[in-house]
Amino acid sequence: MTKKITIEPVTRIEGHGKVTIHLDDNNQVTESRFHIVEFRGFEKFIQGRPYWEAPVVVQRLCGICPVSHHLAAAKAIDQVVGVDANGLTAVGEKMRRLMHYGQIFQSHALHFFYLAAPDLLFGIDADPKKRNIISVIQEHKELAKKGIQLRKFGQEIIRATAGKKIHGISAVPGGIHKNLSKAEIEYFLNDINVPSVSTCIQWMEEILDFMKDYHVKNKSWIHGFSDFPSNHLSLVGEDNCMDLYHGKLRAVDTHGKVILDNIDYNDYLNYFSEDVKAWTYLKFPYLKQLGPQKGWNRVGPLSRLNVCEALPTPRAQKRLEEYRRFTGQRINNMGLYYHWARLIEMLHCAEYMQDLLEDDDLQNKDLIIKGTRRPEGVGVIEAPRGTLLHHYEVSDMDEITRCNLIVSTTHNNEAMNRAVNIVAKRTLNNNSQVTEAMLNEIEVAIRAYDPCLSCATHAVGDMPLKVSLLDHKGKVLQEITKT
Amino acid sequence: MKKKVNITIDGKSISATPDDNIVEVAKANGVYIPTLCFYPDMGKCLGTCRVCTVKWKRHHVAACTLKVEEGMELTVQSDELKDLRKALVELLFVEGNHFCPGCEKSGDCKLQALGYELQMTVPRFHYRFNNRIIEYNSKKILFEHNRCILCKRCTHKFKDSKGRRVFFFKGKGCHLEVEMVTELVDQLNEEQVDHLVELCPVGALLKKGKGFDRPYGERKYDKTPVGQTTETHPKPSTKKHKGLL
Repeated sequence: MTKKITIEPVTRIEGHGKVTIHLDDNNQVTESRFHIVEFRGFEKFIQGRPYWEAPVVVQRLCGICPVSHHLAAAKAIDQVVGVDANGLTAVGEKMRRLMHYGQIFQSHALHFFYLAAPDLLFGIDADPKKRNIISVIQEHKELAKKGIQLRKFGQEIIRATAGKKIHGISAVPGGIHKNLSKAEIEYFLNDINVPSVSTCIQWMEEILDFMKDYHVKNKSWIHGFSDFPSNHLSLVGEDNCMDLYHGKLRAVDTHGKVILDNIDYNDYLNYFSEDVKAWTYLKFPYLKQLGPQKGWNRVGPLSRLNVCEALPTPRAQKRLEEYRRFTGQRINNMGLYYHWARLIEMLHCAEYMQDLLEDDDLQNKDLIIKGTRRPEGVGVIEAPRGTLLHHYEVSDMDEITRCNLIVSTTHNNEAMNRAVNIVAKRTLNNNSQVTEAMLNEIEVAIRAYDPCLSCATHAVGDMPLKVSLLDHKGKVLQEITKT
Repeated sequence: MKKKVNITIDGKSISATPDDNIVEVAKANGVYIPTLCFYPDMGKCLGTCRVCTVKWKRHHVAACTLKVEEGMELTVQSDELKDLRKALVELLFVEGNHFCPGCEKSGDCKLQALGYELQMTVPRFHYRFNNRIIEYNSKKILFEHNRCILCKRCTHKFKDSKGRRVFFFKGKGCHLEVEMVTELVDQLNEEQVDHLVELCPVGALLKKGKGFDRPYGERKYDKTPVGQTTETHPKPSTKKHKGLL
């Protein structure tokens, strides 16, 4: 008689998902799946809207990383109005870059300090009442305070560049509708209302020291937690250095062999396809040349550090070298290293923002460029969770006729399913009783990817988690409720 | 010069000129009456939206259509009237398909601003979810019918350089809609297109390729509530058939 375990909802991620685990008569895991149970439909209902609305409307699919969608759509619509990514004015591009790096900074801070830290600080098997941000504040006051302030810094950067912290409107076809005055910039340098950008850099260095120390102390379980081979995909800039705003597509396999190099993202349809499964609304993108079984890629911080040759800011580059030395591997396939990689990216973003804030181009007034209309546009950006693609086709009369979005979490779909399977087998095989800690271990495997299943569903404190064991006829054999 | 007469608004005595518009008389005397289809110096008022409803002789009347008469006693501010105005704005929201977060006119939209001012949160009426179209036929104007509130500003207060109406009403009752004469709209110059877009109080008539071009804080109603904002529209031309009315 088979049994089915359901984890619904999966908590401390963005959006709604559930996990089902099937056990056979001998309590061996036969199958596990990560289901995305919500349907958004933006690709459909943006059809029929005017093209200039896309950057403002489509970003509404997320409350955590709307800037990424705003900018990916803006980059695509730039092409529609005849302006390529390198054709923007200096202020246009730098304002967008500042907005984007601020976005990644705040999103990573949210994930690490609010969502992941409870597991890392208190342990996966800690009392669930303790595994939340409130306990982090109570027991690690300084760390929590810095986490909150760091996130605030990123959000304030977004407010200054996009108009407001969530769902700004400043990226318009061909550029940006505002610049940044010296007075506005001073806000980020004077350490009064928010930590200054140099304070952010200093704090990130301290937190990275903490993270390295944590890995030294917990190396064995971190390394054995969810380690499996995969390809890795990201955008890279000049000399294959990390560039989160613009670049060419690059992918490496599990051993570091380059399998996709210097690809213009406008040609993505020549290289990528998407598989569909009946049990989830999330698609499975893959490289055509390798097929759906071998062509899927991981994306996000871990993959970006695998794909890029170097980081273009000095402190972050040192931290990258330290990270690579620690594992002794050029390509890192261990899921829990997403967290360390995320913190290195935060340091990189802070350094990058410091450079931009000192750049006088931000006060320029030539905000928008106009070109000759084209029938379609593709925009790709490295969002906090990975490579994000927007593609629009527009009629001669300005109506969007087709839209294709490949969102970062979509790329990680196969990886999250594999991570669930690996952890479920390790923790549940031969165990007739399922404990809350076992199930949290599965959630931790998913949480490492910081999946954004839709937007802004953050639970603090008591999690409404209900786990049911059912037989193949649907009869409830055991129920565990987390309150 | 006409002889002044006395009226009272909410018990306050006001001296006014006969035939003056009540909305403007009230404003000149520090009494605010919310409006939507009305704008200053518009000539004959449209009276379509009824947001300026006041009470006179126990009847509810659109203030923009009322002229000053000797001895008028008007009620402008009462809980009943506030709720009535709010209900009228709610009806406009549920009758169309208004999604402010994605609308180019957000921040410049008088309907949205009134919604905020009247503290509308959720409409008390059911949404009608009317299936309306977006007209892309014109090279210059995008007509978003989902946002049209049938205020008559474009149909009755706008003419092209040759004095021709460019917008007409079509249909009756709940099937009433505004029809745009694309050939005439495409002959408008830049200035006329800008005026037309400004004349539309909501996001129904939009200049093609333009939107979200000003930051938060610089839009019409970002800092100044609708009640303290004066709409400025071109006055009727003194020359016959010279553009906007």
